[in-house]
Amino acid sequence: MPDRLLEVRALDAHYGDFQALFGATMGVNEGEVVAVIGANGAGKSTLLKSIAGAMRSRRDAIRFAGEPIGDCPAHEVVARGIALVPEGRRLFPSLTVEENLMIGGQLGRPGPWNLRRVYELFPVLAERRHQIAPSLSGGQQQMVAIARALMSNPKLLLCDEISLGLAPIVIRDIYARIPAIVAEGLSLVIVEQDIVQALKTAKHVYCLQEGRVALEGEAGSLTREKISAAYFGV
Amino acid sequence: MEWLNTILQGVLLGGLYAMFAAGLSLIFGVMRLVNIAHGDLIVLAAYVALVTVQALGVNPLVSLIIVVPVMALIGYVMQRGLLNRTLGDDLLPPLLVTFGLSVIIQNGLLEIFSADSVKLNAGTVEIASLPVGGGLAVGVLPLIQFALAVAVIAGLQWLFYRTALGRAFRATSDDQSVAQLMGLNNAHVFGLAMALSLAIVAIAGVLLAVRSNFDPAIGPARLIFGFEAVIIGGLGSMWGTLAGGIILGVAQAIGAKIDPGWNLLAGHIAFLLVLAIRPQGLFPKVQG
Repeated sequence: MPDRLLEVRALDAHYGDFQALFGATMGVNEGEVVAVIGANGAGKSTLLKSIAGAMRSRRDAIRFAGEPIGDCPAHEVVARGIALVPEGRRLFPSLTVEENLMIGGQLGRPGPWNLRRVYELFPVLAERRHQIAPSLSGGQQQMVAIARALMSNPKLLLCDEISLGLAPIVIRDIYARIPAIVAEGLSLVIVEQDIVQALKTAKHVYCLQEGRVALEGEAGSLTREKISAAYFGV
Repeated sequence: MEWLNTILQGVLLGGLYAMFAAGLSLIFGVMRLVNIAHGDLIVLAAYVALVTVQALGVNPLVSLIIVVPVMALIGYVMQRGLLNRTLGDDLLPPLLVTFGLSVIIQNGLLEIFSADSVKLNAGTVEIASLPVGGGLAVGVLPLIQFALAVAVIAGLQWLFYRTALGRAFRATSDDQSVAQLMGLNNAHVFGLAMALSLAIVAIAGVLLAVRSNFDPAIGPARLIFGFEAVIIGGLGSMWGTLAGGIILGVAQAIGAKIDPGWNLLAGHIAFLLVLAIRPQGLFPKVQG
């Protein structure tokens, strides 16, 4: 098997005495969209945080483009080409939309994304570029969060619950832009509670349950019964 | 007319206080660190200037070319090597460590330079003055000081809102962990913030040394003036800091005019009044 873009092997993660991940294993191929689903507290966000370097792990537990990055600090992981759209958007509240985007782009990694391109992807942001981030609607803020991550020209984009707290029509609107992002050669890991949306978007699905990978497979091959068994552990 | 003169002198003194305050406010804004050693670092800068002036025989104002980068370097190394290790959710460790630094700097300076007070001589510019009409005159040196203070504040404002570094400062101030996820190395950003703070400290230290006598023990009082200017102006607003410095300077000048013993007291009373009536300061940062 050729080297995959991202390879997570036997990853453990802890918050103090609490263990959130038990030997999680997953992988992402070049240009692939992978969904991670699971109930609240299953360890989905922890998995993304570990990949993004916000939580340190064993050095060889995470390999990106063939190199071990498990113990890299977050700012080095971004420089290598992994960007995170954090849960709850986490925009910089005192910065304008455009300043938020420029923080995302400040490493200057070469690639297709720049201010002009992300404004083409999300035209509404161009109109709001000089407003401070909290003055935008939730959906627009989510667009800023995605655009900010894209500005670093990542090879792998990690999206943590981008539908959280948004109206269904807004969620559809945001998910409608995903193909355009993938078309630029990015790989995606999408963490979702909305299983239908996840199965529609992703090629490969991992289901986490209490810190373990309970199920994985091609999105088309998973039946509703299998998923609910893995999701709820019944 | 005499009162006008008093106020004018107070305003010019306020520029110096604003500079004491600017570095303090910058550090607190970016990394929530209360630098108790700030006043002693001002005095340290004054002594670095003293050594420079004695070694090179240059005018104190020219010595800024050396003192500013030296202090900035000290700031960066101090932040990366020491203070970054104390930062975290708890505000207490950095407070204690900078308090320790304050003691170390004071005693180190005492050991090397003795407790004798010294002063830097800027030459004829010290006694030159400009008539401003109505029989009033302002000293050229206080005017230079005030102009430098305004320039420093304007420069900081520009840096914060018009440059990539300022954007990084504001982003880190908003959310440290997300800033890191966007590729900012917080340890380095904090180092740069401290370097900038001590560059301003360097200017303030040299101006202080030209203006009046100094000795190793005067740092803590400068820290208090800086604090008061920051609080009066409101945290997070650079122009507010300048206003805070001016209010403090004017209050001190008026106090001294009424009774020479009331100089410092009047400043503290002005500070307490602002704290009692508007605890958030006169020009707090507008929150979005």
